[in-house]
Amino acid sequence: MTHLVRRILAPEFGAHGVHSRGRAAIGSGTVRLDNWWRAPAATTAGLLVFLLYGGFRAFQQQYFFADERYLTPFYSPCVSLGCASEPGSAHFGMFLPDNPLIPYAALSLPFLLGFRLTCYYYRKAYYRSIWLAPAACAVPEPHATYTGETRLPLILQNVHRYFFYVALLVSLVNTYDAIVAFKHPTDGFVVGVGNIVLLVNVALLWCYTVSCHSCRHVTGGRLKHFSKHPVRYWLWTKVSALNTRHMLFAWVTLGTLVLTDLYIALVAAGTVTDLRLVG
Amino acid sequence: MTGPSDSRVVRVWRGDADDGELVDFQVEAHEGEVVLDVLHRIQATQAPDLAIRWNCKAGKCGSCSAEINGRPRLLCMTRMSVFTQYDEIVITPLRTFPVIRDLVTDVSFNYTKAREIPAFVPPPGLGPGEYRMAQADVERSQEFRKCIECFLCQDVCHVVRDHEENKSAFAGPRHLMRVAELEMHPLDTADRVPAVQDQHGLGLCNITKCCTEVCPEGIKITDNALIPMKERVADRRYDPLVWLGRTISRRRD
Repeated sequence: MTHLVRRILAPEFGAHGVHSRGRAAIGSGTVRLDNWWRAPAATTAGLLVFLLYGGFRAFQQQYFFADERYLTPFYSPCVSLGCASEPGSAHFGMFLPDNPLIPYAALSLPFLLGFRLTCYYYRKAYYRSIWLAPAACAVPEPHATYTGETRLPLILQNVHRYFFYVALLVSLVNTYDAIVAFKHPTDGFVVGVGNIVLLVNVALLWCYTVSCHSCRHVTGGRLKHFSKHPVRYWLWTKVSALNTRHMLFAWVTLGTLVLTDLYIALVAAGTVTDLRLVG
Repeated sequence: MTGPSDSRVVRVWRGDADDGELVDFQVEAHEGEVVLDVLHRIQATQAPDLAIRWNCKAGKCGSCSAEINGRPRLLCMTRMSVFTQYDEIVITPLRTFPVIRDLVTDVSFNYTKAREIPAFVPPPGLGPGEYRMAQADVERSQEFRKCIECFLCQDVCHVVRDHEENKSAFAGPRHLMRVAELEMHPLDTADRVPAVQDQHGLGLCNITKCCTEVCPEGIKITDNALIPMKERVADRRYDPLVWLGRTISRRRD
């Protein structure tokens, strides 16, 4: 850590970057006086909280199905043999071995993680906050060399669109989960607070997924002549409008995923009673 | 600013390529003034040899780029009213380019890079005056035409700011945006995708958006130019499905 701070602030730390020969000899690596470290610090904290919570819940293998109809997105689709512990939670069959090291939703979680890891917004977020390249604009990065996304492993960021395609399928699965949650096995059609929570969560997940830059590209961005493809152009304008809020959706969906999962876990554990509005 | 006229301490970097230092000036700042006005007052009353590059004073010529409190800004578009009476005001030259004197830097790197981009290539047989384009097709490129070439994006980009050695391989956001402008132009027939990755260094960009943050024209450089170009590179280099589709249909959109 001391090494990083020295590299950022010390002018004598080699003729490097802003201290290169010929550039203005200003002394400190940055003369920014504002609290530029706040945004990367908050980003790191936010990502860390989500990873810790998500990691714990993915492997907990408990409290993932509530009121015989609410399936948390962290366990969707529930395809492990272990899902048999909660009858009705497996909407798409059970075939993965029940092992503490294999999440019940092992079919979707790695792809969803990949989708977010290679997302253009999250890349900006963790390049800045974790890799400090750069931590903030006009603040020197601490690395002696820099190759960007030209080599392994970062060249793999280019597969983002494939994660996007899988994320689309998972969003469909989540939508299905949210719809079937209105049907209670014995009470029939019911509406509870959990249904609203699941619906809001899935609506926001769709916003995040379709506002993706790769989605923007494949819907119409890759075209040279919009005028020859009016439907795709129309789609592109809609995705572009959502795309301007991609960062917002990225953070909001991290929050709603945690809150949705927490609500279902608390209902499943009996800590909270799900209020029924209809039925 | 608390009143129509205040006395302020402004710290200005003075020096040349060999050495320099921050020099304090006690100077008046009047209501409605911008930082460039205050620097001109320093020139007029205290330091007639203070070097500043400026021209239009309207945020359109892109000449007066510098760094104010460590952030790349146009001197003529930064109002003194954004600083409170207790704020320190530190003005330094752009830190990515070689300094000539005081606040003037040698930005020829940008002109060298501009010359490396092949010019617009119209369809064969189409002469000047015969171009016909739908508005929907030119809108994307038009956003990039707002660029005033202040080079603040080039200055803030860490790829070259923090790594002098990358200057030969990396064109910088302004010029990558120029490639995007031509690539998205409905009548440009050149294939610019391989060059944007191999010759202009798009792969070095890690989309951390500082270029977009500092753009005085508010151009969404990262979202509308750099990422679409990265996606085009992915189409060509890293997406077997797109390759297959292109091979089967043998057409360009």
